[in-house]
Amino acid sequence: MNRVEGRDKVTGRARYAFEYPAEDVAYVHPVQAAVTRGRILSVDATDALATPGVLAVLSCAEPPALGSREDAELALFQSDQVAYRGQLVAAVVARAPETAREAAEHGVRIGYDAEPHDVLLRADHPGLYTPEKVNPGMPAETRRGDVEAGFAEAAVTVDATYTTPTLHNNPMEPHATMAVWEENGDLTLYDSTQGAADDRDTIAEVLGLPPERVRVVAPHVGGGFGSKGTTRPNAILAALAARAAGRPVKLALTRQQMYDLTGYRTPTIQRVRLGADAEGRLTAISHEAVEQSSTLMEFAEQTAAPTRVMYAAPNRRTTHRLVRLDVPTPSWMRAPGECPGMFALESAMDELAVAAGIDPIELRIRNEPDVDPENDLPFSSRNLVACLREGARRFGWEGRDPRPGIRLDGRWLIGTGVAASTYPSRRMASTADATVEDGDFVIRIAAADIGTGARTVLTRIAAETLGTAPERVRVEVGDSALPRASLAGGSMGTASWGSAVVRACEALLKNGERGTADTTEDVEGDTGFSRHAFGAQFAEVRVDLDTGEVRVPRLLGVFAAGRILEPKLARSQFVGGMTMGMGMALMEQTIVDERDGGFLNHDLAQYHVAACADVQDIDAVWIEEEDPHLNPMGAKGVGEIGIVGTAAAVANAVHHATGRRVRDLPITPPKLVG
Amino acid sequence: MAEMTLRVNGSVRELDVDPRTSLLDLLRERLGLTGTKKGCDHGQCGACTVLLDGRRANACLALAVACDGSEVTTVEGLGGAADGDEPHPLQTAFVERDAFQCGYCTPGQLCSAAGMLAERGPSAVTADLTDDPPLTPEEIRERMSGNLCRCGAYVNIVAAIQEAAR
Repeated sequence: MNRVEGRDKVTGRARYAFEYPAEDVAYVHPVQAAVTRGRILSVDATDALATPGVLAVLSCAEPPALGSREDAELALFQSDQVAYRGQLVAAVVARAPETAREAAEHGVRIGYDAEPHDVLLRADHPGLYTPEKVNPGMPAETRRGDVEAGFAEAAVTVDATYTTPTLHNNPMEPHATMAVWEENGDLTLYDSTQGAADDRDTIAEVLGLPPERVRVVAPHVGGGFGSKGTTRPNAILAALAARAAGRPVKLALTRQQMYDLTGYRTPTIQRVRLGADAEGRLTAISHEAVEQSSTLMEFAEQTAAPTRVMYAAPNRRTTHRLVRLDVPTPSWMRAPGECPGMFALESAMDELAVAAGIDPIELRIRNEPDVDPENDLPFSSRNLVACLREGARRFGWEGRDPRPGIRLDGRWLIGTGVAASTYPSRRMASTADATVEDGDFVIRIAAADIGTGARTVLTRIAAETLGTAPERVRVEVGDSALPRASLAGGSMGTASWGSAVVRACEALLKNGERGTADTTEDVEGDTGFSRHAFGAQFAEVRVDLDTGEVRVPRLLGVFAAGRILEPKLARSQFVGGMTMGMGMALMEQTIVDERDGGFLNHDLAQYHVAACADVQDIDAVWIEEEDPHLNPMGAKGVGEIGIVGTAAAVANAVHHATGRRVRDLPITPPKLVG
Repeated sequence: MAEMTLRVNGSVRELDVDPRTSLLDLLRERLGLTGTKKGCDHGQCGACTVLLDGRRANACLALAVACDGSEVTTVEGLGGAADGDEPHPLQTAFVERDAFQCGYCTPGQLCSAAGMLAERGPSAVTADLTDDPPLTPEEIRERMSGNLCRCGAYVNIVAAIQEAAR
């Protein structure tokens, strides 16, 4: 099935947040902190206010009234303290965008009392501590058996430290909002968000409004990858600016501003220790993650979490430690936890395979657990071994010579690598409404389609439940006025919203007119099983002998993700995740300027994401998987597992090609030459 | 303010513009043609690609006043009909091949592909520099690398362009 909004997207008719028409609209441009830590002593907006066309200036000189300051990233202009370089400290509202920008950049003088800052993550930082929980509410530490005894009895061990850099989500659509205050005091926001209902609630709370007086409209969202999963300062700033200017206000963060204000993936320092007997059976696993958060708020990424479910071992430990630095608060980026964590674990498994002289696929199969190795729950379904075997067959793994650095084609060294993938299969409570209007079925649910194909897959789910053709079903999403639904995040969208849509359609079939559903009770019953998707990723790389340039002629992912509901769109999700994972392996990194505390390469010319020429043959397939313990569709989420394991597969292939083990992402040419 | 004339998707527009205004902002904020997207405003992502006098160009890097007298085709006019109801073969192929997800880079990809298909001559990956190379996947990938897609739809974008070029 093609995307139901496909025609709108290829003709330019699909409207994104910044693109709604409004009478007499004004524009707001942010002013960002020019120091990394310190106090604002003075705000002089004389020149800005004297500029023709300028309507208002916002700053901590006159703190706007807010209902809640709990989320310090959203409590705009409430404090004179600067917590990170680039923090919002003022803003200029003007009739024209050019005027707002010029006045913001040249017409507002801010005096600071700068203090020394601390922006670099180190494994020996004296401020490291263990958080109470890690995202999204998991224990920060787990222990089982005696890890040191497990290593002592091991015939083969690996003890290695892996690092991943700061990474930025960089959706193509900047974070944008248009805020419109109605005459009765209600607020409508056209906001680029992954969840209209949660966004509405947060904005209402920050502004001190009852939720029913705020509406968030977001039918089309130009990507988010987690960065639009929580309300961002642009939404609050647009609302405050519109209130100050007395007219609708639009705001789109610049690409550079996005780096400071819309979240990022924390850098990680991960020590992984594996011990195994002579046959490669793990005796101990330890995964210790070090990460950062801001001084404003704690966000603790669950980097070591995938290690809790991957492999059997009697003795095991995972830990997370955090340090609070003078940096923006990190947040979700596609597969938080699993993505950086599996780079480390799956690189270490490859190192163990080399050290033990065992094929890396066979090593993983030998350590396949019968039940969840940390809580002894049965898996609702687990087909990692099937993925590895099917991938090996399709990729042509059999007969692979494990010796590194011996295959040369002209000036290119060639290698292949494998890594496993995993991602939890959860769902959240949602509500939906199904009616018959003019002979067609209409489904209403405040779901979000950020490019995942949610609108399309829900159309299909509704059509199947109703026993009708997809053309007879219209699905309305992306509006907080629709029945409340969970956000697009954690690969939970299809499972959460689909469950509500199925129940609403079943209710409609019963009474013939209208069906409503609330899955709160269904979701409360999701206990008793360990629910995860699994996959295997295979990479072939070519490494230039002289320059260290890495090319990836082939990437293959084989996934076991329950029932695949919409093959064309699911494949796009898998391949898209793998493409982003290849970028993570080879090029993506945000460089922190230690001296001034800012992000140095904060644009798309210097922060490299994979471009068309970087991508050759990337394919994704899946195995049939029946799982009755998930949801009415039998589906697991597919939005994130594609990025999990890709970087390790590429790094393992680079080792096979060159004999060099790169443990610090990204694998740039300087790490492979000299 | 400066007076200028622009022919946009076949219609002549007489305009009075702020000399600081980019062609991109003129299209989106003044003419209501929001199909052309702003991803970076620095010519780094390609989301704003339009056809300027028949050649692909980043609308964010062109000052509107410098385009006086020019002809601009945006994604809304790509199929030839002002209402966008006559899809260009590229638009049809992008839908059929699922060559986009969020859709935000898509108008730029489409205009870029349309401009690219009309170009002649070798590229950085062409072996024989004296001839027009055939439109291999490698040539498409090289020539489309000014248009970023964060959703990672490149595999399908290349397939769609190949299909539309047939």
